[in-house]
Amino acid sequence: MASKQFNPTRMELTRLKKKLVTAIKGHRLLKDKRDELMRQFLDLVRENMELRKKVEAEIKDANRNFVLAKASMSEEELQTAMMSPKQEVYLDLKAKNVMSVDIPVYDYKTRTADANDIFNYGFAFTSSDLDGAVQSLSDALPDMLRLAQIEKSCQLMASEIEKTRRRVNALEHVIIPETQEGIRYITMKLDENERSTQVRLMKVKDMMLEEAHDYSGRDERMHELDEE
Amino acid sequence: MVKIAVMGSYDSIYGFAALGLSIFPVENDAAKAGRLLHELAENEFGIIYMTEELAAVLKKEISRYADRIAPAVILIPGVKGNTGDGIQSVKKSVEQAVGSDILFGNE
Repeated sequence: MASKQFNPTRMELTRLKKKLVTAIKGHRLLKDKRDELMRQFLDLVRENMELRKKVEAEIKDANRNFVLAKASMSEEELQTAMMSPKQEVYLDLKAKNVMSVDIPVYDYKTRTADANDIFNYGFAFTSSDLDGAVQSLSDALPDMLRLAQIEKSCQLMASEIEKTRRRVNALEHVIIPETQEGIRYITMKLDENERSTQVRLMKVKDMMLEEAHDYSGRDERMHELDEE
Repeated sequence: MVKIAVMGSYDSIYGFAALGLSIFPVENDAAKAGRLLHELAENEFGIIYMTEELAAVLKKEISRYADRIAPAVILIPGVKGNTGDGIQSVKKSVEQAVGSDILFGNE
């Protein structure tokens, strides 16, 4: 698997050993990050699903009421009624850092303190269906804002989890084994060089001794002496 | 301070005007709606509620804002009914995070 070429030097070996330590530490940290993100994400996404179903049902109801309201009023009257809103929503956006992911936190205020003070039209020319429709939509608004916050958080966390998972896998299955392979290769190569130097030295020593004391010649002379 | 926008066909969204949200009626025209979406995103709209029908033709434009904290593009059912795209988007984020949809796979 490891197809990378390493220079069999001590310097490279030290570098690789340091890299391995860092990689293992990073791997452990990223794995912890991934696990914690995943735990929070799963809680959040369950809530997201519930809230979405609720909001969709609420909006569906409101839409039905609006269709009814529209049926009993003329288009012009309806547009006039909706023209100048009385209520206004102020939204404050803050970022909250969860495991290095910035997720939004919305803080909202309405212009009028009374939540029921939402009808921006006189009651004379509008149908009562419209009142109900506006009311039902207004009731859905807090849930809608919460849904926006949670759903956005889920999307951001999901993409961060994906990135972190890729990094963890890259470290675990590529970087760490490759570095270990490199360390093993260099160690073996250096050991091999060591042995070959040793052998060469022994050989040279033998040759030098041979020259100094003439061992092989002495053996022959010993034989000659024995025969005598 | 950020603002809230609602995009979609007029019939689906005019009610939100009564709540004080900014409504932007657009028909399902990808080019025009896409331009509007970018304009809103540049102009400090923190949340953009969009009908599922409109979002279906704007998938590419919406994905541009997926990694940003603002705006949050949230799908809502339109007056014509629920297409299930909103639920699908939640499932998609589970799939992205976990690798496969382990939570809502059989729903």
